[in-house]
Amino acid sequence: MNTWRDKVIYTILVGSASTSIFIVLLIFFFLGKEALPFINDPGFSGLFNLRWIPVSFNKEIFGLIPLITGSVLVTLLATILMIPFGVLGAIYIAEIATGRERSFLKPFIEILAGIPSVVIGFFGLVVLSPIIKDIFGLSTGLTAITGAILLALMAVPTVITVSEDAIQSVPGAYREASLALGANRLQTIFRIIVPAALPGIIAAIMLGMGRVIGETMAVLMVTGNAAKITFNPFDSVRTMTATIAAEMGEVAFGSHHYQALFWVGIFLLIMTFFINLIAQQVLKKYQMR
Amino acid sequence: MLKKLFVIGLSLMIASLLLVACSRTGKDQKSSVKYITIKGSDTMVHLASNWAEVYMDKHKDVDISVTGGGSGTGIAALLNGTTDICIASRKIKAKEESLATEKGITPNEIATSRDGIAVVVNPENLINELSIEQIGKIYIGAYTSWQDVGGPDEPIVILSRESSSGTYVFFQKRVMSKKDYSQEAMLMPSTSAIIQSISQDTWAIGYVGLGYGVQAGDKVKMLGVKNDVESPAISPSVASVQDASYGIARPLYFYTNGIPDGATKDFVNFVLSDEGQAIVLEAGYVPIN
Repeated sequence: MNTWRDKVIYTILVGSASTSIFIVLLIFFFLGKEALPFINDPGFSGLFNLRWIPVSFNKEIFGLIPLITGSVLVTLLATILMIPFGVLGAIYIAEIATGRERSFLKPFIEILAGIPSVVIGFFGLVVLSPIIKDIFGLSTGLTAITGAILLALMAVPTVITVSEDAIQSVPGAYREASLALGANRLQTIFRIIVPAALPGIIAAIMLGMGRVIGETMAVLMVTGNAAKITFNPFDSVRTMTATIAAEMGEVAFGSHHYQALFWVGIFLLIMTFFINLIAQQVLKKYQMR
Repeated sequence: MLKKLFVIGLSLMIASLLLVACSRTGKDQKSSVKYITIKGSDTMVHLASNWAEVYMDKHKDVDISVTGGGSGTGIAALLNGTTDICIASRKIKAKEESLATEKGITPNEIATSRDGIAVVVNPENLINELSIEQIGKIYIGAYTSWQDVGGPDEPIVILSRESSSGTYVFFQKRVMSKKDYSQEAMLMPSTSAIIQSISQDTWAIGYVGLGYGVQAGDKVKMLGVKNDVESPAISPSVASVQDASYGIARPLYFYTNGIPDGATKDFVNFVLSDEGQAIVLEAGYVPIN
């Protein structure tokens, strides 16, 4: 009786744990199946065009380059913005904050993580974009930087939580040895603790980036969605996620446009896959120490 | 175990889908039910479905099916006798009419409603009117400064609907002489996002359905539109869209084979009745009278 029950529970647990593998494989298969016909007609090289003009009376062009540069620009900007807030916040919470401060700060960080992205997007459209427009004297507030700020806001909780874990798992002996040798608290934090926790902090940043690149609703609402190649933070960009979300709804099933959107999905998946892979590798190295 | 559950769940889902499909065909085979098929313009599908829903609620013995595909598809279906009513957002072409005579079909035109698109700017913008040609040149990117249309030397921020929108294509056809949108054009996910941005960005221009433009009140300014350089500017309103003097508007037609009779006649009368025309206003279009 007992062994029978064990087996059932074991099967359920293994089954639920491997569901995600099964689903990932299914998604890859499905994306590939829908996207593949594009290679024969109109041809794979069409994806490397410099324009994205999916609806036209003249010639439809499905170049992914503007979408990829758009996503990369927003992601890099958001990463640059989230590093200081995320890492310094984690250092404060892990090393300096008193117990009371920590029990006050942590719930708020978790609340920030839980705000739906459409709410953050609406906040961006109505509140943040006019502010950006006025501060930088732009003609419109719907820019890459506006999207990046919102995304950084959404990724900071992830960065703080994971970095804090990394900092706290630095052996206490390091801290004590440093202080015993006469280093002050600041020196201990920045020369001993942070370098020791660095792999974990890098992994936290990579996880944050993974969240940023896949985020859709907020960027769709505030980046202006003009599909052009630019590296100017104050220009409007169209990200890969926003393109899929905006165009998939009305596209004719099986058309070139439809297949091109699946290619956007494949490229996006590859990008997030590599970011996650790197994060995993860094974390693994960290755990071996 | 889980696999089994999964299989059971999946088969239940498929079974229920099949059941739905069967019950539909079963309904179609009942002889007492009168059918009306409606086919054509994608712009009108939403409106036609609204009419059909309300009508079917009142007449349980009538079954109306509405499909899109475009006005051309609808007219072709009418000529082939595969649809009772063709919905079209343009007039029948001379070529199609002669084809109809050949096939012994007499297309009967019934204007059901009108669709007006307002061009909107920020209330602080001193420009009050533009010609259709000027608006087109702004949207294809030939004019980039308000100076080009008699305003101050400020860059024009171009706002458009997403490429999945029917309005996007109509605007391209009617105003932009079928040329491609400028790559600087910012594609907004919704009409309300356009109105929000216009109300914040002094030098932005956008287009919205007449109903939305009126609803936005003094958040935006609707421009008067000149059909050509010499003609007077007409401001968009229910009246000017109704009498066809406003340029960026189109009638929405029903085409039937000869004068309709039976259930089709009753449905057409319902559409033209006060109740049917109220649905037109509700759906964001302009009633015929």
